[in-house]
Amino acid sequence: MLGLGKRDLIFLAVVLALTLAAPVLLNPFAENSGLAQFNAGYPDLMQRIAIFAIFAVGFNILFGLTGYLSFGHAAFLGVGSYSALWMFKLLSLNIIPGIILAVIMGGVFALAIGYVSLRRSGIYFSILTLAFAQMSYNLAYSVLTPITNGESGLQPDLGDPRILDAASSSGSVPPTNIFGLAMSETWKVDFLGRVFQFNAGYYVCGLISVLMFYLALRIFRSPFGMMLRAVKSNQNRLNYTGLNTRPYMLTAFVISGMYAGLAGGLMAAMDPLAGPDRMQWTASGEVVLMTILGGAGTMLGPVLGAGFIKYFENIFSKINDHVLQGWFSVFPHWLQDLLVTIFHPFMGKGWNLTLGLLFMLVVIFLPGGLIEGGNRLMRLTRRRRRDDGPRPSEAPAE
Amino acid sequence: MIKRDFTRRGLLKTGSVAAAGLALPTIFTSRASAFTNEPKGSTVTFGFNVPQSGPYADEGADELKAFQLAVKHINGEGDGGMLSTFSSKVLDGTGLLGKKVAFVTGDTQTKTDAARASAKSMIEKDNVLMISGGSSSGVAVAVQSLCQEAGIIFMAGLTHSNDTTGKDKKRNGFRHFFDAYMSGAALGPVLASMYGKDRKFYMLTADYTWGWTQAASMKSFMEKEGWQMVTDVRTPLAATDFSSYLAPVISSGADVLILNHYGGNMVNSLTQAVQFGMKDKQVNGKTFEIVVPLISELMAKGAGKNIAGIPGSSNWNWKLQDAGTKAFVQSYGKEYGVPPSQAAQTCYVQTLLYADAVTRAKSFNPCSVVEALEGYKFDGLGNGPTLYRAADHQCFKDVLVVTGNEKPENEYDLLNVAQITPVEKVMYEPDNEFFKGGDLGQCNPGA
Amino acid sequence: MDAIILQMLNGLDKGSAYALIALGLTLIFGTLGVVNFAHGAMFMIGAFCAVTMQRLLHLSFTVLDPTKKDFLGNPMKVSTPYIEHWFGKATGAAILDWSVPISILLAVPVMVILGVVMERGLIKHFYKRAHADQILVTFGLAIVLQEIVKQVFGANPIPTPAPHALAGALDLGAMLGFAANTIVYPAWRLIYFLFSLVIIGGVFAFLQFTTFGMVVRAGMADRETVGLLGINIDRRFTIMFGLAAAVAGLAGVMYTPINSPNYHMGMDFLVLSFVVVVVGGMGSLPGAVAAGFLLGILESFGSMNAVKDLIPGIDQIIIYVIAIVVLLTRPRGLMGRRGVMED
Repeated sequence: MLGLGKRDLIFLAVVLALTLAAPVLLNPFAENSGLAQFNAGYPDLMQRIAIFAIFAVGFNILFGLTGYLSFGHAAFLGVGSYSALWMFKLLSLNIIPGIILAVIMGGVFALAIGYVSLRRSGIYFSILTLAFAQMSYNLAYSVLTPITNGESGLQPDLGDPRILDAASSSGSVPPTNIFGLAMSETWKVDFLGRVFQFNAGYYVCGLISVLMFYLALRIFRSPFGMMLRAVKSNQNRLNYTGLNTRPYMLTAFVISGMYAGLAGGLMAAMDPLAGPDRMQWTASGEVVLMTILGGAGTMLGPVLGAGFIKYFENIFSKINDHVLQGWFSVFPHWLQDLLVTIFHPFMGKGWNLTLGLLFMLVVIFLPGGLIEGGNRLMRLTRRRRRDDGPRPSEAPAE
Repeated sequence: MIKRDFTRRGLLKTGSVAAAGLALPTIFTSRASAFTNEPKGSTVTFGFNVPQSGPYADEGADELKAFQLAVKHINGEGDGGMLSTFSSKVLDGTGLLGKKVAFVTGDTQTKTDAARASAKSMIEKDNVLMISGGSSSGVAVAVQSLCQEAGIIFMAGLTHSNDTTGKDKKRNGFRHFFDAYMSGAALGPVLASMYGKDRKFYMLTADYTWGWTQAASMKSFMEKEGWQMVTDVRTPLAATDFSSYLAPVISSGADVLILNHYGGNMVNSLTQAVQFGMKDKQVNGKTFEIVVPLISELMAKGAGKNIAGIPGSSNWNWKLQDAGTKAFVQSYGKEYGVPPSQAAQTCYVQTLLYADAVTRAKSFNPCSVVEALEGYKFDGLGNGPTLYRAADHQCFKDVLVVTGNEKPENEYDLLNVAQITPVEKVMYEPDNEFFKGGDLGQCNPGA
Repeated sequence: MDAIILQMLNGLDKGSAYALIALGLTLIFGTLGVVNFAHGAMFMIGAFCAVTMQRLLHLSFTVLDPTKKDFLGNPMKVSTPYIEHWFGKATGAAILDWSVPISILLAVPVMVILGVVMERGLIKHFYKRAHADQILVTFGLAIVLQEIVKQVFGANPIPTPAPHALAGALDLGAMLGFAANTIVYPAWRLIYFLFSLVIIGGVFAFLQFTTFGMVVRAGMADRETVGLLGINIDRRFTIMFGLAAAVAGLAGVMYTPINSPNYHMGMDFLVLSFVVVVVGGMGSLPGAVAAGFLLGILESFGSMNAVKDLIPGIDQIIIYVIAIVVLLTRPRGLMGRRGVMED
């Protein structure tokens, strides 16, 4: 079914189920408990995780399959956001035209940049993509301000023409929507002290990301994906067989650029503001980190990496000294102070330090990323179970 | 003060409530309450969104200290600070409308995306009613529009661009800090009296929105004083070495250099300009001068001795002698051991003003708060008599012209107040050419 | 004419910093084959050696002066540096004034030790790993180092002035026969340029004329064969890593009067230095130096008003434009070798 094997189909179903249930799964702690700090089930973070998952999955089609490390993918994300916003400003706050244009513009830019950059390989390719992205960022910040609104970022205004739906607004800019369903619309469900937030925007992002995941799965399993893997393993040999790899590479590059454009368009749709920071090289670096951290070349890795980094950035940075003192308030005063002092450098404003340390640990000990960590854990538990003797269900078979 | 107490008892309690409850889930949409995040419990939460990583982290740390102090004072802890000098007396140190004030913090990273993400998590997860903070105009504009969409109040921290209360103004957003126009208006006459009317100036301008507005207002006000502009050169925001922009200055015929830079840009460009000998050169028979239109204490600290004698403008300075300032400096100094910066003061004042407006309005509804703040006149918060103008939500008050201290007595004694430009001189109409184009829109309570 | 000479000087000066950092990066890449994203952090730590030295020299004892009041109305604390106390006011002040050059004494051992520890403790385990892993782990290290520096020294830039005698500007125009005030250039920047020439010359001479250097060069060309000859090439490469760190550190120390050190200055230079290395050609030492100066000079000319009027915003992108043009016309940078970092 769907052109997938049985295993892949189950895999996809699990991903879909997880996506649908995320608002519940990510909110395991009761509202009033101290651990509520670690809840991630609020719309903005879930949207961001879904969007960055799309971005990273798309990046992985290029990097994971071909091994070409692009340091400029944030540029496509930014281009996508700006295009979507211009559609919101000129046409309608319905997100669909904006997202379509975002994907197209992401693809067009990727085609132009990819066509030039793919003339080189290895680190030369990386630096070329980096150079193009940094140029876009620098120009968006300054000279291109008429288009990008520079530092303040582009956002919908009351004075926008909005040809299709300008009449419906009065006094304030209406929210972005799909045929009237606002992306900010949230149904809150109070259950066992936990408040689950089912947000329209998240489900849009989540479903699109599952769709994109499916598409990536198809690409990975297709002859085209096989060809890309061949490029990774030995491009020279392919060239010697008389095969021109450039069109394949360019296609992969454009596809991943379109993924990035889509992610950018969705970001603008969920939160209608696009600033140039989105295109900075650190943003490109972030998606590289997500992919490698999660496990490059695997299907689920980039998604895990995206979730991991976004969770960190948004949850850990909010743990300030007061929160720490709250946690340790059961201990005597001196111990409380000591614990706060120990944890202080790593939490709140020190979240970058913790993230850096975790990166290093993962890269040093889990070369295949978090996915490899998961696999090792599975193998470990499986082996242990086997050591414990045959499980009842296995016994008859033996 | 602490919003979430993680205690064993607390956990047990929630656990048992949950177990005993087993109530049917209640479903409610955002329309269920009268306005976004209507406080239901015994606390009300503020969100302090400041840069904690990135180049403005120190400024963010200052702002955070001020916020915490303000919350303490509102809750009746500490010595009350400026509550005793504030012209409005409704805040009595018992929290807000019978609720204790709690707060959450977040990191803007001085990036619009990160700032919006952090602000959104405060709104969606921590149920804040008001967000304050910020160290750059890009972030302030971005978070202000987010708060407008979400239906909560934004009390801007340090943001100096005209746009914040100009073309990007919003009904739910308020700014206490002064702006680029006021800097120019305050500096124009003072510079002319310091350096004479017959001057030629050369400008280096950070190539982004704030830099441009700053440059435009400096140009307009200096030309009003009879000065002539040689040229205005845009420098990349990411630049750290300004030598290629500074090298042509001396031979250009200019005798004043105006640096429209902020933060690290300013520290580097000023340091390097002084190295190019611009402080002690004679050009056109006059001493060459450097001007930095917006000076902050942290920038002065970063520039070290190079700041000595350099004029610029400030929103506030801890050396002022009014009662409000003295009370705040005492209170802040006792708490943290250092005098407060202008960023700290504006954040502290913004928090008090919000609390005061809630108390006067007797409601947390953002629309009532907006009504209470619009056209509000107050005094005793360190800046003299001040007006929150209804037309653009900008505070109008005296502006300080400061100069770098030639002989600092200690590491905090960096700036001297050279002159106080009275509010009439820096006042402008809401449709002034630097500010036109925006629309406050309607107040948005969210629900 | 004078404007061109001025921008030439600027370019050489900018180029000195680029060349020094790129040189260190290339030393590491050429010897160990590791792409070191933490190299910018080495530059930053070098700069903070100057800050540390300044702090050490300024260690003071405090006396309460009851005649003066501090801002809270308490008696003022007046601090006197021990240095001034021990050596007398004049000598003490002179030592404090020269703290930046003095910190070279601190920076060299600190950087060499840091480099060696880094190589033995971390990089060693990454020789056989993919370049992407090397990039990621060194990038993580760079973040960790910079965050530690931030927690110790804060995020604000810290002023580290040049010695008073070298702080001013020289009117080179007047010396060369132009009109006065046409070519005014800071003395310290000239010193920085000369300093970088000495370091670059020193590194090349060391590689060219010492036995140690010869072995290292041989190892760079063919590591296995040198190893088979019974030479412990690994130890020498470790030392080279220390040397590269020291070069970056020295570049950082001497840069502090030009650019007040802050914790993210390493990241600011990182991208740029990689562009320089790649334009020069991965693994080529002369290429790195040449590209450093070339990009510095072109960047300076790109930011001239006349050029900016012609092409708005050119100074924002010129480095990248050059990189793109060079890479498209010369596949392996200016002096790169075939097969390096192309897989």
